[in-house]
Amino acid sequence: MGINFAQAVAVHGDALQLRTERTRILAANIANENTPGFQAQDMDFAAVMASNQAGADGTPQLDGDNGPLYRVPYHPSGDGNTVEIGVEQAAFAQNASDYQTSLTFLSMDLKGIAKAIAGQ
Amino acid sequence: MTFKSISEIAGSAMAAQTVRLNTIASNLANAESVGGTEAATYHARKPVFAAVMNDNASGQQAGGKVQVLDVIQSTEPLRKAYEPGNPMANTDGNVYYPNVSEVAEMTDMMSASRAFETNVEVLGRVGQMQQSLLKLGES
Repeated sequence: MGINFAQAVAVHGDALQLRTERTRILAANIANENTPGFQAQDMDFAAVMASNQAGADGTPQLDGDNGPLYRVPYHPSGDGNTVEIGVEQAAFAQNASDYQTSLTFLSMDLKGIAKAIAGQ
Repeated sequence: MTFKSISEIAGSAMAAQTVRLNTIASNLANAESVGGTEAATYHARKPVFAAVMNDNASGQQAGGKVQVLDVIQSTEPLRKAYEPGNPMANTDGNVYYPNVSEVAEMTDMMSASRAFETNVEVLGRVGQMQQSLLKLGES
């Protein structure tokens, strides 16, 4: 029985890609903090991940029903901008930590495979 | 190339905030630059930001860069003062002072520099993420 790398790294590879995509969306929100009329976006990580699990192979995509969603602001602003910098910074920091977590899991998986190949 | 586009987004925001700081510096520097006519007097300048939305692979719009659409001049009324001794005074002895509000400019400056710093943080954090990705598989 051979080692299936796709199965071995399981969910973490997909999670890592989604985390990167979410970083981009949050970076865009932070970048457009002062843009009049800009509407902050975010992704429903659980939903995109779940649809990917159901649909077997292929990388997770932000499309169809799983497209980026608009954030509902706590306070409306005069210029129509829905970016609340504190919320975005918190989400960005959390997402960066989650990214490191996924990366650590992926690294552990790869080390496990290396061990199996070396027969230790 | 997600990392590249994140860096581009943060970079565009830094460039936009720099333009904003530029206009603030210009406004504060010219706060007392009098003029003989309304048209010749300095008017406060303000940049207008706009988002540049890019379609991703599946045609969805998620996240975009910032661009400075234009730098507009404030339409607030100028302050007219009677200063016959001023060399810039018109035939009636009046001069016009720019419509720059120092207090508003100072708060705007704080907002702009904070926004700039936030984007520097984003860039640094993304750099760390990329570095740790490169170390994947090392012991």
